[in-house]
Amino acid sequence: MNNRSSSQTSLRDRFPELGEMRERYAEAFIGNRRDEVKAYLLIAALISLYVFGLYYVGFTPMMLINGFGKFGIVVKAMMPPDPGSWDNAIVFMRGVIETLAMAFFGTVCAAFLALPFGFLAARNIVANSVIHHAVRRLLDIIRGIDTLIWALIWVGVVGLGPFAGVLAIITSDFGAFGKLFSEAIEAADQKPVEGIVASGGSRLESIRFGIIPQILPVLLGQVLYFFESNTRTTTIIGIVGAGGIGLYLTETIRTYLWEETSFIIMLVLITVAAIDLISSKLRVAIIGSRPV
Amino acid sequence: MATTIQPLPDEQNARLQSQYAMTLAQKRRQMLLGSIIVVLLVFIAAFGAEVDPHKFVTNFWKFPRYFFDMTPHIGLSTFYEDVTEWYWGLGKWLKLMAETLLIAYVGTVTGAVIAFVLAFFASNSMAVSGWSKFAARRFLEFCRTVPDIVFALMFVVSFGLGPFPGVLALAIHTSGALGKLFSEVIDNIDMKPVEGLRASGASWSQQVRFAAVPQVLSNFTSYTLLRFEINVRGAAVMGFVGAGGIGQLLIEYVRKFYYVDVGAVLIIIILTVMMIDYGTEKIRHRLIAKEGMS
Repeated sequence: MNNRSSSQTSLRDRFPELGEMRERYAEAFIGNRRDEVKAYLLIAALISLYVFGLYYVGFTPMMLINGFGKFGIVVKAMMPPDPGSWDNAIVFMRGVIETLAMAFFGTVCAAFLALPFGFLAARNIVANSVIHHAVRRLLDIIRGIDTLIWALIWVGVVGLGPFAGVLAIITSDFGAFGKLFSEAIEAADQKPVEGIVASGGSRLESIRFGIIPQILPVLLGQVLYFFESNTRTTTIIGIVGAGGIGLYLTETIRTYLWEETSFIIMLVLITVAAIDLISSKLRVAIIGSRPV
Repeated sequence: MATTIQPLPDEQNARLQSQYAMTLAQKRRQMLLGSIIVVLLVFIAAFGAEVDPHKFVTNFWKFPRYFFDMTPHIGLSTFYEDVTEWYWGLGKWLKLMAETLLIAYVGTVTGAVIAFVLAFFASNSMAVSGWSKFAARRFLEFCRTVPDIVFALMFVVSFGLGPFPGVLALAIHTSGALGKLFSEVIDNIDMKPVEGLRASGASWSQQVRFAAVPQVLSNFTSYTLLRFEINVRGAAVMGFVGAGGIGQLLIEYVRKFYYVDVGAVLIIIILTVMMIDYGTEKIRHRLIAKEGMS
């Protein structure tokens, strides 16, 4: 939008007949100007909201400088990353392994649980709009709650520990997978299904041979992608006591053991990078290099 | 004209059949092997994550019970009174929810602005120099790999409790996540306008401003809106570590076993998230429609 206005000013200098054009094709110019005014108003509103937000959260340049000054001290205290002792290092490593196990188990379980619901929520499988709308809203509600909140709820149900975290991942991924799967199923080509039905296949057979082969690579790609993102999520789920490395991370930060904190962060970064690498290799092997 | 399909000679047929059977068997073997590996990994993972079916079965009744406890008794005749009593803290909760949205908004915008600048340096097509490209990329990578709540944990220590550390944490994580997406968008632009400007002697900033930005702006907006949705969810839990927003109240209610209040606050969060998702989706669809027209 800005682009248009600036090119107009330069046009005006170069083409003196622009004024005449403006008179002759008044409606075309007015349309533009109205859009422009709207755009500027919107931008002004967004900026003022931003400024108000900064004011509300108590932003002052002085505070930023002070805070980052303190943060600098923290960062300095973090160097070099040091687990403290071998025992600690082993405990942290086990935390990372636990985190990975939670992420993997949670993702796989969620995928299997979500698959039937993906079909239920797909318009081209379940013609009954009441069912697929109900399933979709259920999935929406589940997705509306953050994994950390689910973890908090599951801690109340099965107690502290990684199991609560696994259940939290299963629950929140169930909502996400259900939606993504149903979209993949709806995007599937209907011709194979028609072919199977025309040659006498049953409804179930048309799904098994007409749709599953089409969506399986897409689904696997999504599952892998979620495994990646879940390794990130599980590292923090320990903040509410639901297992994994996050528990140690919170503890070391709260007790100002900065060298151990940075060791854990380093460990997490390396693990996440390794998982990203493996999973992107696997994804390319399964579905080629197309985007998920 | 009738056509008859000539059956293949027996010898050729047999060869084809055996080849088909072999390919099929190989595919089945691969599938079987893959499944066995996955199942094995699942069992190992289950062991590592202390999955306990017994505990799950004996405690599962608590899960619906939890939601049952969250909903108060609402009588038909006293519907209004019951609901108003349930939402006794509505004013306070809505204010905190608004604070959450504000945290998400300021964090998203700040992060998007940082990402906007860095993405050009990190892209293949518009990078200034190899060195700055490398630096920008590593910085963005770091920002997006460390989860926002970990940043919040550390910022709470150095900035004190309150919404500001939350904003900062979201901004940093957002800049990393958006920076990557933005630079991918920039890599995919049509280079002809850029070359045209470069040929007519435009500086780097002019090339960015007049050749690249007009091409990427709608995509950037779309990604930023998507990130805003994610950040609303993120801001709702920032309070768990003391970084402002409604999460602070939520975790307090959970820890004190105020089930009914937990339910009320959760409903507010879910409704807000759904409304934001719906709104941003509408805007994004309009952006895409505009894109298609021009």
